[in-house]
Amino acid sequence: MNDELHYLLGRTARGQFSRRAFLGRAAALGVSAALANTMLAQAVRAEGPKKGGLIRLGMAGGESTNSLDPALAASEVPMQVSFTWGELLVDVKPDGSIDPRIAEEYSSSPDAKEWKFKIRKGVEFHDGKTVTAEDVVATLKRHTDEKAKSGALGIVQGIADMKADGDMVTLTLKDANADLPYLMADYHLMIQPGGGIDNPAAGIGAGPYKITVNEPGVRHGFEKFANYWDSSIGHADQVEILVINDGTARSAALQSGQVHIINRLDPKIIGLLKRAPGVRIEAVAGRGHYVFIMRTQTEPFVNNDLRMALKYAINRKEMVEKILGGYGHIGNDFPINAAYPLFDDTIEQREYDPEKAKEYYKKSGHDGSPIILDTAPGAFPGAVEAAQLFQESAKACGIPLEIKRDPDDGYWSDIWNKAPFCASYWGGRPVQDQMYSTAYLSTADWNDTQFKNERFDSLLLAARGELDEAKRKAMYSEMAHLVRDEGGVIVPMFNDFIAGVSDQIQGWEADPNQELMNGRAQVRCWLA
Amino acid sequence: MKLHPVVSLLVQRVALGLLLLLAVSVLIFAGTQLLPGDVAQAILGQSATPQALANLREQLGLNDPAYVRYFRWLGGVVQGDLGTALTNGQDIATAMGGRLWNTMFLAFWAAVIAVPLAITLGLIAVRYQGRWPDKLISAVTLSTISLPEFVVGYIAMFLLAVKFRVFTSVSTVYDGMSFADRMSAIALPVIVLVLVVLAHMMRMTRAAILNVMQSAYIETAELKGVRPFTIIARHALPNAIAPIVNVVMLNLAYLVVGVVVVEVVFVYPGMGQYLVDHVAKRDIPVVQACGVVFAAVYIGLNMLADVVSILSNPRLRHPK
Repeated sequence: MNDELHYLLGRTARGQFSRRAFLGRAAALGVSAALANTMLAQAVRAEGPKKGGLIRLGMAGGESTNSLDPALAASEVPMQVSFTWGELLVDVKPDGSIDPRIAEEYSSSPDAKEWKFKIRKGVEFHDGKTVTAEDVVATLKRHTDEKAKSGALGIVQGIADMKADGDMVTLTLKDANADLPYLMADYHLMIQPGGGIDNPAAGIGAGPYKITVNEPGVRHGFEKFANYWDSSIGHADQVEILVINDGTARSAALQSGQVHIINRLDPKIIGLLKRAPGVRIEAVAGRGHYVFIMRTQTEPFVNNDLRMALKYAINRKEMVEKILGGYGHIGNDFPINAAYPLFDDTIEQREYDPEKAKEYYKKSGHDGSPIILDTAPGAFPGAVEAAQLFQESAKACGIPLEIKRDPDDGYWSDIWNKAPFCASYWGGRPVQDQMYSTAYLSTADWNDTQFKNERFDSLLLAARGELDEAKRKAMYSEMAHLVRDEGGVIVPMFNDFIAGVSDQIQGWEADPNQELMNGRAQVRCWLA
Repeated sequence: MKLHPVVSLLVQRVALGLLLLLAVSVLIFAGTQLLPGDVAQAILGQSATPQALANLREQLGLNDPAYVRYFRWLGGVVQGDLGTALTNGQDIATAMGGRLWNTMFLAFWAAVIAVPLAITLGLIAVRYQGRWPDKLISAVTLSTISLPEFVVGYIAMFLLAVKFRVFTSVSTVYDGMSFADRMSAIALPVIVLVLVVLAHMMRMTRAAILNVMQSAYIETAELKGVRPFTIIARHALPNAIAPIVNVVMLNLAYLVVGVVVVEVVFVYPGMGQYLVDHVAKRDIPVVQACGVVFAAVYIGLNMLADVVSILSNPRLRHPK
């Protein structure tokens, strides 16, 4: 390697030279950008994480109404805050495998009905108490309690019995579930001392940072917990999460160096931000997707031909280009994509096809009256524009759509899950079973498309208890076909998580689970 | 004993103000009842199960009829207890107190700069009426008031925070911050607020003084050779105080209750964002508390404007 390049590489890895300038020099020396990036990543890894400093995040998705009670966490900032002070039983790695945290190891009975989690020794809560199996059981009980108000209630109610014995937690399930560890990785289920029953919003957990400042909707401050068990993460001395809901203010804060990491970058300004010095864009394909929901038990969508007509009448490629600015990929009318384990990539991609749409529309015998599509700016970013694109592409197929624009306020309580046809989004889940159980099982609380299909339900339950991966994959493939061809969901696109990151931040990994490295960027990254 | 007319007027005004506050609290409560959805739904959001919703409603006491909840709230307020937020259980008086202090702090510094500046500019405009300084002042202030606040905010942010890095774009203030840090943090929102309120007060000062300038005694002062600026400041201004004070108070009230856009743009932890968040979550006790505080600010400042107008006018001060 060229001496100059080698020298610069070292400096860049240590953060003494900007990444952009390095790439520029590398290009001048005839090294391709891809190769230069790879070299840089290797050099940074060889340099190793640096300890100390203060990592600042500027985030959208926080309100002054937020609580520290993990059971009530519903938006981005409370989730990020939970991951800073809290620790889960098990976590999900970027590659989709299970990362044992408070549970050191876990195992299941052959029928996947009984699960054992062995609690790691020497893990300590911020109040000095040692984490015990009883704490774990008490935490799960708090979320499963009939009287509970936890957002995780639907996830953990399948547990019939839980008991603590020494350092072992045993969970017995009502029905077999091969994915139980993934359910335990839900962000509501932070292990709290005594289950957090006495004071759920104390913010005391076993995570890498202790919370020092809690001003909901303004900022959350943290300092390193000295007795944290895992030395491979939690590099900074302090972490601060600032709530910046305004998109322009967020990117200005990043550009002016006041924060190191920002979430939810608007695709429209990425071009501008790319030219700004000292910052880079980190986009990762996730499992979140934008949807148009047709309620299959409500007129006029009882008619599957009409549903098919609309599925052929939407131009997915155009939406990815115009609504996501290219930061995403097209959907295929079922809620699963390649980011999920056991995804079947041989399922035929549905395209915009005016001829087929016309054919199905004619077959449906719809009376030609405009079909009303409810949308709101907050249904998903660009939802109103997406509805307009849909209206145009449907018009070319002879299908009249009428857009009803609703206010954001009250959209989730009055329109979603009520109106026959509306725009919405899903954040995605770590595994297929969870996504389908949440919104497509006929008895699910949030079955917003009112999808009721016996074959689908029985496949879902069978797949849940199936430990043979090949068989499971085949079942999921059949389920995907059922939703795609008979379901009420139109999935035009899967959106990327787009973050803006300062060049001072290193150790960034692409994590498809949730944005900002699945909520753990502040814990896993370090300052150069 | 007969009270001085100004004092009796004041007593009457305070009593009326309290009555008005009560009416406002009823109106706000009625308004929140008309909003779709409730706090339980808003807290749990898209992931709400019917079971979780029912549990939360039970726990928050949302199943009582509306009038019971209103009087329960009123009973607490009369005893000085604003209650706790339904959403996160924080004590409202404490949480709102900090926010109110921040709002007052920002409004105070914006007013300290904007009010003298507006009046001085108004005086200068009168002195050079119809000539270039007058036209320049009017053109600049009218164009800053015509731009939406967020545009002024973004421009200030782009120039002063991103381009030249003089001030910070994030104005978060917190306890334990030194005074200098605090002032530097609020610099951008103060600049924007000053630009936004300047024109109204400046134009009113100019118009009120020009009105007085038509009077005979001004002509007399001119004839005896008083310098033009002294005439304006010493003879015309005191007689134009009443309308100016009214406009100043209106703008002060705006600085306290109407700056939510500036708060959002600069991430300033004031009352506006606090109120908006809690309206979105249907957290009625907090909405009530904020509404009453805002109404009190308006009523109080209006009262102050009336009193100042009376005191500045000898005919009203010493009625026959």
